[in-house]
Amino acid sequence: MKVNKTIKLYIGGKLTRTESGRSFAILDKNSKHYAHVCHGSRKDFRNAVDLSISAAVNWSSQTAFLRSQILYRMAEMMESKKSEFCNVLTETTNLTKEKAEIEVKEAINHLVYYSGFCDKYQQILGAVNPVSGPFHNFTTAESVGVVTLVTDNTTKFSKLIEDISVIILSGNSVVTLIMPKLAAILAPLSEVLATSDLPSGVVNLISCYYEELSSFVSTHREVRSVSFQRSSIEEYAKFKSEGMDNMKRVVGNFDDKKDSLFKISQFLEYKTVWHPIGI
Amino acid sequence: MPAIKIKVPGGGKISFSHYPIDMVGTIERAGSFAKRSIKNSSKLYALNLAVSMTDLTTLEGADTPGKVKQLCGKAITPVPPCLFNEINTTGKNIHIPHTAAICVYPELVKVASHALKGSGVEIAAVSTAFPSGQLDLKLKLKDVQACIRDGATEIDMVIDRGAFLRGDYQKVFDEIVAVKDICEDRAHLKVILETGELKTFDKVRLASMMAMEAGADFIKTSTGKVPSAANMPVTLVMLQAIWDFYQEKGIKIGMKPAGGIRTAKQAIAYLVMVNETLGEDWMNPKMFRFGASSLLNDLLRQIFKQHTGQYYYKDIFSMD
Amino acid sequence: MALKKKTTKKKTTKVKTKSKSKTVSKKTTSSSKNSKSNKEFKLSKDFTYDPAPESTSVVKIKKRNELFINGKFVKPISGKYFKTYNPATGSVLCELAEANDKDIDYAAKSARRAYENVWSKCSGQDRAKYLFRIARILQERAREFAVLETIDGGKPIKESRDIDIPLAAAHFFYYAGWADKLDYAFPGNKVKPVGVCGQIIPWNFPLLMAAWKLAPALAAGNTVVLKPAETTSLTALLLAEVLQEAELPDGVVNIVTGAGKTGVAIVSHKEFDKLAFTGSTDVGKIIAKNAPLKKLTLELGGKSANIIYEDAAIDQAIEGVINGIYFNQGHVCCAGSRVLVEESIQKEFLKKLQKRMSTLRVGNPLDKNTDIGAINSKEQLETIKRLVKTGQKEGGAFFSPEIDLPTKGYFHKPCYFEGVSSSSTVARVEIFGPVATIMSFRTPDEAIAKANDTPYGLAAGIWSEKGSKVHKTAGQLKAGVIWANTYNKFDPCSPFGGYFESGFGREGGRHGLFPYVELS
Repeated sequence: MKVNKTIKLYIGGKLTRTESGRSFAILDKNSKHYAHVCHGSRKDFRNAVDLSISAAVNWSSQTAFLRSQILYRMAEMMESKKSEFCNVLTETTNLTKEKAEIEVKEAINHLVYYSGFCDKYQQILGAVNPVSGPFHNFTTAESVGVVTLVTDNTTKFSKLIEDISVIILSGNSVVTLIMPKLAAILAPLSEVLATSDLPSGVVNLISCYYEELSSFVSTHREVRSVSFQRSSIEEYAKFKSEGMDNMKRVVGNFDDKKDSLFKISQFLEYKTVWHPIGI
Repeated sequence: MPAIKIKVPGGGKISFSHYPIDMVGTIERAGSFAKRSIKNSSKLYALNLAVSMTDLTTLEGADTPGKVKQLCGKAITPVPPCLFNEINTTGKNIHIPHTAAICVYPELVKVASHALKGSGVEIAAVSTAFPSGQLDLKLKLKDVQACIRDGATEIDMVIDRGAFLRGDYQKVFDEIVAVKDICEDRAHLKVILETGELKTFDKVRLASMMAMEAGADFIKTSTGKVPSAANMPVTLVMLQAIWDFYQEKGIKIGMKPAGGIRTAKQAIAYLVMVNETLGEDWMNPKMFRFGASSLLNDLLRQIFKQHTGQYYYKDIFSMD
Repeated sequence: MALKKKTTKKKTTKVKTKSKSKTVSKKTTSSSKNSKSNKEFKLSKDFTYDPAPESTSVVKIKKRNELFINGKFVKPISGKYFKTYNPATGSVLCELAEANDKDIDYAAKSARRAYENVWSKCSGQDRAKYLFRIARILQERAREFAVLETIDGGKPIKESRDIDIPLAAAHFFYYAGWADKLDYAFPGNKVKPVGVCGQIIPWNFPLLMAAWKLAPALAAGNTVVLKPAETTSLTALLLAEVLQEAELPDGVVNIVTGAGKTGVAIVSHKEFDKLAFTGSTDVGKIIAKNAPLKKLTLELGGKSANIIYEDAAIDQAIEGVINGIYFNQGHVCCAGSRVLVEESIQKEFLKKLQKRMSTLRVGNPLDKNTDIGAINSKEQLETIKRLVKTGQKEGGAFFSPEIDLPTKGYFHKPCYFEGVSSSSTVARVEIFGPVATIMSFRTPDEAIAKANDTPYGLAAGIWSEKGSKVHKTAGQLKAGVIWANTYNKFDPCSPFGGYFESGFGREGGRHGLFPYVELS
């Protein structure tokens, strides 16, 4: 007789149940009951934001080298759990076994790729600027802090991993809102995160319904940056405009440029420093 | 920062100029001491030395005469005699020194003085409205008087950090001079800088030089009551100040890191640092102390490991 | 001014030979002139740190080592071997194969085949994964590599363990990340590898130099034939085992051991599209003269200046000088061998320097407490001694601390010359040993002029707490690497290389990829 796994939220480095006590059921491919998943609430989101603020301070002060090691470790951990990920995707989404394997492979490749970017983007996006005057002037790209990642029911697993990677590689922390269709992935994913030496609070996973939380998230003043990865441009426009009370940087799925460096730069702020040159 | 001029008793002024300290370099150098690998007879020497340098401390609001009496007993004989017999039957003859001092609040000085009579363990009293120092000077001096009257042989005073941080260095200086006056020849004076509140190495250096000029016999890092207590880099800054003061004035001042030193490994790293920064004249309890409580049992555990090859469980050495 | 005397056991009154404390501070200032103490620094005689040798059981050295060509260990065609020694004891460690021009031909052709058939067809992502694997295995076998590096080359175990090996792994890690992002390194360009590279590395950082050479070359898609220095080949050969464990395709990296003749064979072989050499300026010039049309990067010698301004943080500047010239026994191309100190602080500076030097420990490199290990070879020790003698003949004060020196093996005390002129031999010639030359200057302009007065231009140090002065000085120094308020800091993402006769080309960072790609 199988011992069934309980799927919990992953907040602040801990696997916790939703404080609301609610859950919703996920069905498998054959419409049979698969598992109950936590129905994430506003309070869960608020807690996650609190924990991720201090996590971002700590994470961004680590060396780029350490961050790249940790992202690579995430790839190692995901590789070792490849079959579990495949099974979850095959059973709870409409992917075939072959397609699921490709998704997981892609996800691992994303982690390897982006781990190699941690200590490089600064060398491309930063600059020393030849100003007219005896000043040393340099521009650095700093991480913004806490980013909220909003996903869709149609979000692909490999895209989810890529979206998380581009956010955290530069020192940001992320609160990820995962929609019901992909919610079962929370279990193996949180296990990968928990065993990769990733400091607690850097990546947080909350399974929820977008409609319930959207206005709460869009008007939350401590949320300053949002990665809006949903397909409806009306939702995007509404969310973005609601977020203008505190000048939220809301980046969406709708921009032309989609290369990897651009994606990373969407969660950075540029700081320019002047210093006189003279004896 | 312009030079700071302080009026000294008897007329005249002395000035303190800015001495730049690079934080990154200091932290690097401090880290190198912990890399020394101390083994065998050197390790045993260091462990015993550390025991003899410990100011066994209890500074709780809940301290009672009973607690202090037990602590005094531990200071005099850190190891229960029955444990000795266990080892000495194997032919070894081990002698564990008593600790350098006991460190207590003013109210408990009398009790400690009585319990330590004739033992050779000094009685250090924290004084001058420890730990904040936020009190009128007259009352702080009364505090010192009372401690000495009750039998304290060492006074651990705190500097006025509020005055220091707002730039009223004259007040800070004068207070140390006043306390030293009261101590006279009766008690030796440790001046606590509370480095965790001064924050920068530049300020710690300035405070160190000021305290030494004003008459401190020892400069001490912390009260142990704020989150940031002693660490190797800030101690290194103070040791370097002591060396420069010695070169300039020919006077040797002692040093005491307090708080946060819990393991023998850490204590040994500090001793390496003292050895390589100040040298042999400071490698004794007259010139260097550890302000600690739980450190002692870890030192004893390591000493017994060196002698017997076995790790004893910490509590066998008695909590106090 | 005598010391405060304190009696221990009894609680007697403290006897102070100072007069009444009311005028404490005044007394201290006026009485310092009569100080009886000699204020000398002495280490404790009782606390001597017993020997703490690192165990060598983790290392297994084969009696006879072969060449690594086309993924396998093969015998040298000539059947010739030569001995390699442990410089700490002078004893023989093992035999190394001597590669001749036929072996080099086989290696070069293997590298070409691997390039054409396998490596140039490998995706960036897969090249990245191989490099990540190599980095990971280096981390796992770190202790083994560190101990072997120390035994083979004489550098203190503290340094191989804490600096050489971690940096080598980090280098592979860093360049792994570039392998699939070359379009970002050179935006707007089509990027191709150069082809087959011949690389010759020196004996001062054997494994680290191998990492510096291999990582960018492989990341960019090139294949390599690498020759380690003849006195320090063991970690390169152990690295070959790691390459096998990482399943790197045969022929992508070939490691051939040998001395000068083997080097000549590499440099003159037509198969190589590019050559890279790190070593002495003299040999670098010979290579460059004989292969003017070959793509070439050279990382040569230096006589770097470490400038100490009067507003420096003195205690940390002292550490910087120590690190600059005594770290790795001074066998560092970018060593701060010329110390330029502002005259107004010279006396105090030298006093503190002498005090600090007396705490340095010269000894068995495997002892974890050793600061300065063995000189790499008998020949190098002789060179250093000869130059020191010359320096003493040319005048100038000489200082070396009173510390113990082992009786066996090749060792030299850290020392310095002071007050020598800029034209003296010890101020111009690279000694490559723990010997510093200290000169003074009066103004920043003078310091900069003196610092630049050398045919070399590898590195420089600037010590001042004034930011604008640091920036101005850095802007005017002709050196490829400038350390301000620190020294000898290396990172895989930081480009390293020299101006003028210190060579050309950069290693590390995005700039380290330039020599290994063809852009169109």
